[in-house]
Amino acid sequence: MNPATAGGHAPEGIIVGESSPRNVVPHRFRHLLGIEPLPAEQILFLLDQSKPFQGIQKNPLKKLGTLRGKSVALAFFEPSTRTRISFATAAARLGADTMNLQAESSSLKKGESLLDTAHTLDAMKPDCIVMRHTSSGAADFVARHLEVPVINAGDGTHEHPSQALLDALTIRDRIDRIDGLNVTILGDIQHSRVARSNIHLLGKFGCHFTLCGPAMWLPHELEHIGPPGCTIRRTARIEEALEGADVVIVLRVQQERMNEPALPMGEYILMYQLTEERLRRARPGALVLHPGPMIRGLEIDPAVADGPQSCVLDQVTNGVAVRMMLLYLLMGTPTDAVPGAEPMADNK
Amino acid sequence: MLWINKGRVVDPASGTDSPLDVLIDGERIAAVGPFAEISHAVANRGGKCDTLDASGLIVAPGFIDLHCHLREPGGEGSETIETGTRAAARGGFTAVCPMPNTRPVNDNASVTRSIVERSANASTRVWPIGACSMGSKGESLAEIAAMKNAGIVAVSDDGRPVATAKLMRQVMDYCGSLDLPVIDHCEDASLAAGAVMREGQTSVRLGLRGMPAEAESICVVRDGVLAGLTGARLHIAHLSAKGSLEFVRGAKKRGYRVTCEVTPHHFTLIDEDVVYDSNFKMNPPLGSREDREELLGGLADGSVDAIATDHAPHEPASKAVEFDKAPFGITGFETAFSLSLEQLFHTGRVKLMRLVELFTTGPARVLGMERCIAVGQLADLTLFSTEHAWTFHAAESASKSRNTPFDGRTFKGAPMATILGGRVTYRR
Repeated sequence: MNPATAGGHAPEGIIVGESSPRNVVPHRFRHLLGIEPLPAEQILFLLDQSKPFQGIQKNPLKKLGTLRGKSVALAFFEPSTRTRISFATAAARLGADTMNLQAESSSLKKGESLLDTAHTLDAMKPDCIVMRHTSSGAADFVARHLEVPVINAGDGTHEHPSQALLDALTIRDRIDRIDGLNVTILGDIQHSRVARSNIHLLGKFGCHFTLCGPAMWLPHELEHIGPPGCTIRRTARIEEALEGADVVIVLRVQQERMNEPALPMGEYILMYQLTEERLRRARPGALVLHPGPMIRGLEIDPAVADGPQSCVLDQVTNGVAVRMMLLYLLMGTPTDAVPGAEPMADNK
Repeated sequence: MLWINKGRVVDPASGTDSPLDVLIDGERIAAVGPFAEISHAVANRGGKCDTLDASGLIVAPGFIDLHCHLREPGGEGSETIETGTRAAARGGFTAVCPMPNTRPVNDNASVTRSIVERSANASTRVWPIGACSMGSKGESLAEIAAMKNAGIVAVSDDGRPVATAKLMRQVMDYCGSLDLPVIDHCEDASLAAGAVMREGQTSVRLGLRGMPAEAESICVVRDGVLAGLTGARLHIAHLSAKGSLEFVRGAKKRGYRVTCEVTPHHFTLIDEDVVYDSNFKMNPPLGSREDREELLGGLADGSVDAIATDHAPHEPASKAVEFDKAPFGITGFETAFSLSLEQLFHTGRVKLMRLVELFTTGPARVLGMERCIAVGQLADLTLFSTEHAWTFHAAESASKSRNTPFDGRTFKGAPMATILGGRVTYRR
């Protein structure tokens, strides 16, 4: 049975995919707060489950009725355009309604606590809360207090699990595997939730990471945050970092962070901008990913951003598929009935 | 009269550790001696006497807490002198030293007098600590001499460090002349700015802003050097980092008048225990595994002078927020001694006499006081068991607040009775 055409609940919360035997593994979490606690086979299951939803993106008619009558609360306490629209599109294509809370117009501005806001949202009986927040651990905090499934759409400088899933899906589509790759991440690693989630995800498949950026954004502790079996090295020299890379993930340089710690923008461009010339040090055909929003001419040369190695637009398309998959799994199945199911929050 | 019989008196001041009875008349100790001697003394005084059976218990001088926050005046929603000292008595304390960061700040004699007056019926003695600077703002000296006349036992700008080396030097010079210890919350404000936990692998993994251990040590070194310059008595509050303790050891060797305290949470927990639970958020933050080892070593070898709670109550709503937005601090009165037994005594790291010292003569010496069990002394006594099994439930705490990481923890050993000036303030 294809989940995209199932139109209802799969038996016992187990979604049987096309043919792969590992698709019989049910997902064992109620919330998706981070990649770190997920076992590798759960991640493969999620990637496999995304496939049919990728197919739907190519259909002329993209809307399903699978989650008709269900509603998703999009609680974006931190301004976001791309991720919010991606989740909203995913919900719409599944037939679910969305309730929107945005930082600019929210009661948080009036001094309401996150917990009170979360309880208020919960009282409107959504079937899932997708939240983004500036505080690391905020999604974890809300999940501890609510029964409704919570999807972390980015918490501070901690995790951004749906981004890592869509990145992995994009890589797997292009080069057929995600294990044992040489992955180079460029930018402000210390403050990047995208970097953390990618390290947790690809690290579970034995990838070798090279983290590169200005030294003060590269604390040595980063070498130890990955899962067992992955290697993480740091270098402040971009030429060295790109040597032999299969995948290059370019992070957005957050200009609001340029003052803390201080680094003039020109210095960054001089030392760390991904140019065509520098990219030639990577493996031929190495993939270039960027979580967006991308600032051309700062962290990335426009020629690279628009070049054949760039996966930026695939990432956006896959983002909708991954988010449809997540909403489908967390809202469309009675996960409580899965034998041995443990809420992910307990693993933290 | 109150006759404490069949107990084992452990008194670090005299080195006593023997089965002795204690007879209290009014608020003072009337006799200390073997059972036969005390029965004779009781008979001589007419034979009418209450007794407190202390069999199996240790009878120690009353515990002193050098560092706590009672929140009165101004923060009565989270604690009052009445509820805070009741919790302290349950923890075996007979004297507590509240920090001056109340609203208003205890930076002048009228606030000090008000705290002393409100403490008249408290469950422990309340020895206030005055601010170093007006409003603890780090700009100009507070009215330290007037506060001393009104009852402060030390000065501190706790909650924050004494802002500049220049001000610290002035405070030390002035307090040296008044014979008051200067207590500093050591933290380099620029290194610690915005941090919510200790910098390390856990902070990097959780994406929480960390302060390096050096934020504390840099300030300890500054203060220690100034203590050498001025000859003043410096006491380092809630010392948490290995490098800080190493410096304190060196300063003591050089003959500087430097003392330090360590909290039970810093020698029990580490940064790895932080998982976005604001009950694990305090300042200084929990340190590394190596820091904790070093603190345990210092508690054993004598380089740490006292165990202090840094009892910091907060209303539940203020802690039930995002980790980085929660206030620093946890409660500590009722778990301090049992945690110390757990980490120090039952592990064999520390002998009973030394453990009692860390709660009694150790903190007393920091304040320039004496603490002993002897005829004529105030009958401030703590009776404790090293074996009594119990579970701490935050909901049953006498404190108004519940912000503790130790809710539900099971302990072996506890304070069993607390006596303040001959009056029983707590009986388990």
